[in-house]
Amino acid sequence: MPAIHRALPALRRIRIANATFQQASRIRLQPSAAAAASRPAYQLRYQHAEAQTEAEPTTSASGADHAPQEQPDRPQQKIKFTADSYPSLKRDSRFKELTEDDVKYFKELLGSESAVIDGVTKDAFEELDAFNADWMRKYRGQCRLVLKPESTEQVSKILKYCNDNMLAVNPQGGNTGLVGGSVPVFDEIVVNLARMNNVRSFDEVSGILVADAGVILQQADDHAAQHGHIFPLDLGAKGSCQIGGNVATNAGGLRLLRYGSLHGNVLGLEAVLPDGTIVDDLSTLRKNNTGYDLKQLFIGGEGTIGIVTAISILCPQRSPAVNVAYFGLESYEKVQQAFREAKKQLSEILSAFEMMDGQAQKLYAKANGARLPLEGEHPFYCLIETSGSNTDHDSEKLNTFLEHVMGEEIVSDGVVAQDESQLQSLWACREGISESSQHFGGVYKYDLSIPLPQLYSLVEEARSRFESNGLMGDSDDFPVMDVIGYGHMGDSNLHLNVVCRRYDKEVEKAVEPWVYEWVAERKGSISAEHGLGLAKKPFIGYSRSETMVKLMRQVKELYDPNGIMNPYKYI
Amino acid sequence: MSGLRILVPVKRVVDYAVKPRVNKAQTAVETSGVKHSMNPFDELSIEEAVRLRERKMPVEDILAFSAGPAKSQDVLRTAMAMGADRGILVVEEKTELEPLGVAKLLAKVVEDEKRNLVILGKQSIDDDANQTGQMLAGLLNWPQATQASKVDVEGDTCTVVREVDGGVETLRAKLPMIITVDLRLNEPRYASLPNIMKAKKKPLEKKTLADYGIDANKRLKTVKVTEPPPRQGGGKVEDVDGMISKLKELGAI
Ligand SMILES: Cc1cc2nc3c(=O)[nH]c(=O)nc-3n(C[C@H](O)[C@H](O)[C@H](O)COP(=O)(O)OP(=O)(O)OC[C@H]3O[C@@H](n4cnc5c(N)ncnc54)[C@H](O)[C@@H]3O)c2cc1C
Repeated sequence: MPAIHRALPALRRIRIANATFQQASRIRLQPSAAAAASRPAYQLRYQHAEAQTEAEPTTSASGADHAPQEQPDRPQQKIKFTADSYPSLKRDSRFKELTEDDVKYFKELLGSESAVIDGVTKDAFEELDAFNADWMRKYRGQCRLVLKPESTEQVSKILKYCNDNMLAVNPQGGNTGLVGGSVPVFDEIVVNLARMNNVRSFDEVSGILVADAGVILQQADDHAAQHGHIFPLDLGAKGSCQIGGNVATNAGGLRLLRYGSLHGNVLGLEAVLPDGTIVDDLSTLRKNNTGYDLKQLFIGGEGTIGIVTAISILCPQRSPAVNVAYFGLESYEKVQQAFREAKKQLSEILSAFEMMDGQAQKLYAKANGARLPLEGEHPFYCLIETSGSNTDHDSEKLNTFLEHVMGEEIVSDGVVAQDESQLQSLWACREGISESSQHFGGVYKYDLSIPLPQLYSLVEEARSRFESNGLMGDSDDFPVMDVIGYGHMGDSNLHLNVVCRRYDKEVEKAVEPWVYEWVAERKGSISAEHGLGLAKKPFIGYSRSETMVKLMRQVKELYDPNGIMNPYKYI
Repeated sequence: MSGLRILVPVKRVVDYAVKPRVNKAQTAVETSGVKHSMNPFDELSIEEAVRLRERKMPVEDILAFSAGPAKSQDVLRTAMAMGADRGILVVEEKTELEPLGVAKLLAKVVEDEKRNLVILGKQSIDDDANQTGQMLAGLLNWPQATQASKVDVEGDTCTVVREVDGGVETLRAKLPMIITVDLRLNEPRYASLPNIMKAKKKPLEKKTLADYGIDANKRLKTVKVTEPPPRQGGGKVEDVDGMISKLKELGAI
């Protein structure tokens, strides 16, 4: 079915592009970033970056593994099967292979034609590909059956059947995950939540939203917005990812500094265990100290102990007054000072504090042909956003803060957005970096949690490594163009990017496992917000002790004794 | 000739990125609790005035002017942060001024402040009237060049390239004159922190309509304001597969 083959990836791209556009019309993302998003290559280039973060050390085909990504501008490139890229992964023989009878059971259970994509009794290879291939186009599974249940009861019956028959399962939301967790490795059945997409209730007074797991994040936020509230999570994949997927990955995103993590905002959830048990913990209480808080296991559980079917979440009031300022600073020391002052003086209205180094901003300007907001060059830049309920109050606070940081020479220069489009352009200077980082060929990306005082020294050390190892330079002879650092300063979350002209095993060797060791020594995290999935599973030891990993395994064995849930991944 | 004494009127309007909503009574667009900023065309006017000075034209003084609610002083401060030297604000809270009223007001300001160049936005994005500059030119009997995409001043001669259907037209006139600006004229700068600080110390005079002997009486009556009709059509499909079969049905793929 060549028509479908062409249509599916295109549809996915449209949704992503849409997401970016919708976002642009809400608060942020500059027109140019939105326009970039509509280019077919956008999706691939972004994915591509993340893909390089995680090379499995055991793979012997890692050279080949990079091959499909050498030309990131071509969306239609073949992605190798994960099983071929990582020959060390072996299918678990305890799992049964699908038969016609199994398919028959599911078809009868789910009823509707469009609820089952059957590649067992017929050829549905092309159709299945959208569910087998991940967003980064790095991983590709070989599943032959996709199920799209409509109700919690259906999910329960599916899992029970799979558990009884030793059929492996891969829960799937919007398939925008960045660590290979959302697609099968071998022939696991994909259970996709897309059809469970109803908002169940919204309480005007408390701001509590109860909704099916398959509701798309953008829709959840739009719903909250209609009632003057905001979904407490925001991220680039907004138009495609599902709130169930967000919860399963414990996604962080752009609003974490202000609204906190999903571990705090999710008040309750409904989930199905592998044996079919429906865990109804859809509490709408803020306080409930009655026993172990088991829902937390599903938040960030990446679908390894059950499928989340609904969540209840606390949505804060939406802020009518939003301001954005953008600064140039002369050292990382000053960035920290500015952050301290921002917290002190802006306190409750501070909603984002993002850091970008000079290299990151230069790269953004170069890749986009954009003009930076400030004249002259600065070693560091910051973006500060405030959100509050009263424009006058906020402006006064912001002005006092600005006068202070200028007067004390904490910042060297700065601008303040005077209207919405300037606000969006300033945000684009931060949000456009990720895309720019792979504009020139490729990028090795690391998403790390590091204590603030040491956060930037990693970038400096990485840079000096490349300065001395002969891999970085101005001409095409050198694989590495630059090393850049940026990230959510407010969350101690650094994005370290090694910007490349081409992928080169030597570059990877120069960073890994050095970067993981560096982070481990400082008690940081090797995966701040993207999770473990398949990609980071081998590196968990850098961030968690043996005891911790052992306890985690016990949890997994307790709830999923047959190991059918998202096998080969996580821990 | 002596130097350029520029007047730049600026208006506080609902931010262009905000989706306007009609009020319940259908008499106007809802403005309370909505983000306001400087009319985007006026940003271009200020920018152009500042650039004339930066291009070493003999700019003596750039005066930013606004009439409207007291909050309009925010846009005047922005104008001064961008480079205007001082501001005049005519406070009128109750009545929304009409283009003719504003033009009469501006004519007085031109006279009082001895202006020889007025640079205005071609229209404000709230009422889209596109009249004030033209009316002002009429009242003063000055030459006008509307929808400017390029402005040059040499001595007391002004050359303006303006956008017209299917091309451009180049006009030349002697000062004093009226210019209204179009989007392609320039790219307005950000207000930098040091300039925002400086702008706070620049003089901002507050006046009333009575000071200029202008009344706010309306000549126009707004009969009704309505939203555009909602988009027609559009069916709902269940999911991607449903969409594909629908597209096939329609012969789109
Ligand atoms: C452009 C872009 C920007 C991003 N920005 C950020 C960011 O700023 N911060 C951040 O933290 N992450 C970010 N991400 C990654 C983020 O983890 C995902 O986008 C999102 O949270 C995953 O949701 P999803 O519905 O697509 O889940 P999927 O990708 O489909 O699944 C992710 C994981 O969750 C499991 N899962 C999905 N749904 C369920 C369910 N209902 N029950 C149980 N398990 C389930 C899957 O098995 C898989 O392991 C970004 C991704 C993209 C593509």
